[in-house]
Amino acid sequence: MTQMILTKALYTVISLAVITNYALILIGTMARIRAKVQGRVGQPFYQPYIDIVKSNAKRTSISHGVMFFLGPVFRLAGGLGTYLFIPAIFGSVIFSNFSFSGDLLLMMYFIFFGQLGMALGAGESGHPHSAIGVARGLAQMTAFELPFVLSVVALAAQYGTLSITEIVAAQQGGFTHWAAFTNPLAMIAGMIAFLGMSGANPFSVVVAPQEIPIGPPTEMQSSFLGMLQTNRAIFNGAKMVLFMNLFWGGAAHENLLVAILIMVVKTFLIYLYVTIVGASFPRFKTEQSIRFFLGVPTVIGIAAVVLQMV
Amino acid sequence: MATADTQTRRYQEPGAPGNAAVVNPDPRTVTGPAGGTGQGDVQTVDGQLRILTEELKLANADLRSEDRGNFCDHPPEVIKPFRAFWENFLNWARSESLWILGFGTGCGAIELRPLMTSRFDMYQYGIQGRPTPRQSSVFVIGGYASVKTMKRIVRSYEQMQGPKFVLGLGSCTINGGMYWDSYNTVNRLDHYIPVDVYIAGCMPRPEALLAGFVKLKEMIKRGECEGANRYAENFEWYKANQKRIIKNWDMPDYNW
Repeated sequence: MTQMILTKALYTVISLAVITNYALILIGTMARIRAKVQGRVGQPFYQPYIDIVKSNAKRTSISHGVMFFLGPVFRLAGGLGTYLFIPAIFGSVIFSNFSFSGDLLLMMYFIFFGQLGMALGAGESGHPHSAIGVARGLAQMTAFELPFVLSVVALAAQYGTLSITEIVAAQQGGFTHWAAFTNPLAMIAGMIAFLGMSGANPFSVVVAPQEIPIGPPTEMQSSFLGMLQTNRAIFNGAKMVLFMNLFWGGAAHENLLVAILIMVVKTFLIYLYVTIVGASFPRFKTEQSIRFFLGVPTVIGIAAVVLQMV
Repeated sequence: MATADTQTRRYQEPGAPGNAAVVNPDPRTVTGPAGGTGQGDVQTVDGQLRILTEELKLANADLRSEDRGNFCDHPPEVIKPFRAFWENFLNWARSESLWILGFGTGCGAIELRPLMTSRFDMYQYGIQGRPTPRQSSVFVIGGYASVKTMKRIVRSYEQMQGPKFVLGLGSCTINGGMYWDSYNTVNRLDHYIPVDVYIAGCMPRPEALLAGFVKLKEMIKRGECEGANRYAENFEWYKANQKRIIKNWDMPDYNW
């Protein structure tokens, strides 16, 4: 029993280390790609590592109270929870994490848990820009949740399960089996919702530096900020792995290294899609993004669900 | 015409005898509130102002007594660096991740903007803008600092978390430049906040600013940029200088 727990703990650490480092490098690489689009050289791909070390190397920090302290902790718990209940690589013991039969529902809860915790923490900082950022973030989150949930419901109805592992298993046997091709409407609604979830342009008004200084984390500094930066990597990695699993056939191969390579390629392309959209479109205002999500993507999501019902 | 500096040109260098108490020409700030919270009675010794009480707490003499409980009464503390290898590593990270506080304090701030563009691209040197002092590590004082702006500079600088670095951009920050005899502009910035690097010129071009950043990075890596600790060590000296020129000091003595 003890050996089993220790083994699982070791696998969890390995899995977390891989996704954290991969996502940090991916974030740095995408910043560099954006720079190339703008005709710049851009920051080194390892800049996110330096920023995290720098934030944690601050000698002083200010806390505004218990909830302020817990805000980044909740956010990190949300990121870790999201990742640890998603099977990162199908069929791998090390990267199966804590996947179980109802993980799809739990994961949807975890995605929003961190944001709500952060909202409480940012609220206690007392900074008006934090409150404005939180209000914008929660409004936008409520809006993109609708097409996202509709696409997930369509998938659950299609495969008759709430287990991510089973959804991935049903997509094996060639790319024509991927949900992206067997259920394109759900994929479209889900991938549009993913744009809002990733917080890149055009849905970046929550942390828009030019309009409200940085939004919810305005007062976060030093190791609080370091924790949020680390979580940003884990959370982004988790969301990309989730969408890879839901719509793009997951990552499966008998050789673990090849499976990791498949995961890297697929998640890179998913993030590249977010980056290309972000580099191409200007920022929406909050009401514009809410109207956008409640419009065409929601209709597509409803159509995907209805198609599964008939 | 008297400048803000020359009106009371009686600075004492940090470390000089008696630097803890500097003559304050503004009688308003030396009147301790009677019957306050008990922590804020300003000590005057031979007519000289003390910022700290005998318990080494901030006097916060300019705050109303009912407001004092809302603010910090701890002066900044000197925090010693780690040793050898570890501090060198942290200094490397600090120097390669310089976040500028996005606060254009004077006309020189116009030279900051081109650094973001593809022509100069400060991001490749690990430099980026940050809109909140809490997360910033570099404060670029963009040219002349008027007394009115100085108050905001002090507030913003103190809210930054250490180690923090200051770049004085343009001749105005060194000796007042073309504003040297202005009635409302400070002449020498490092009498009010510690400055790490000055960039001379009026205006210095963005290339000069980048050269200043490169110099700052070298100094940080050598462990020479301990401005936050200098500020804490000579807190009373800096504070007295600030209070001498900022007449409407309606804020805590340390904006933590």
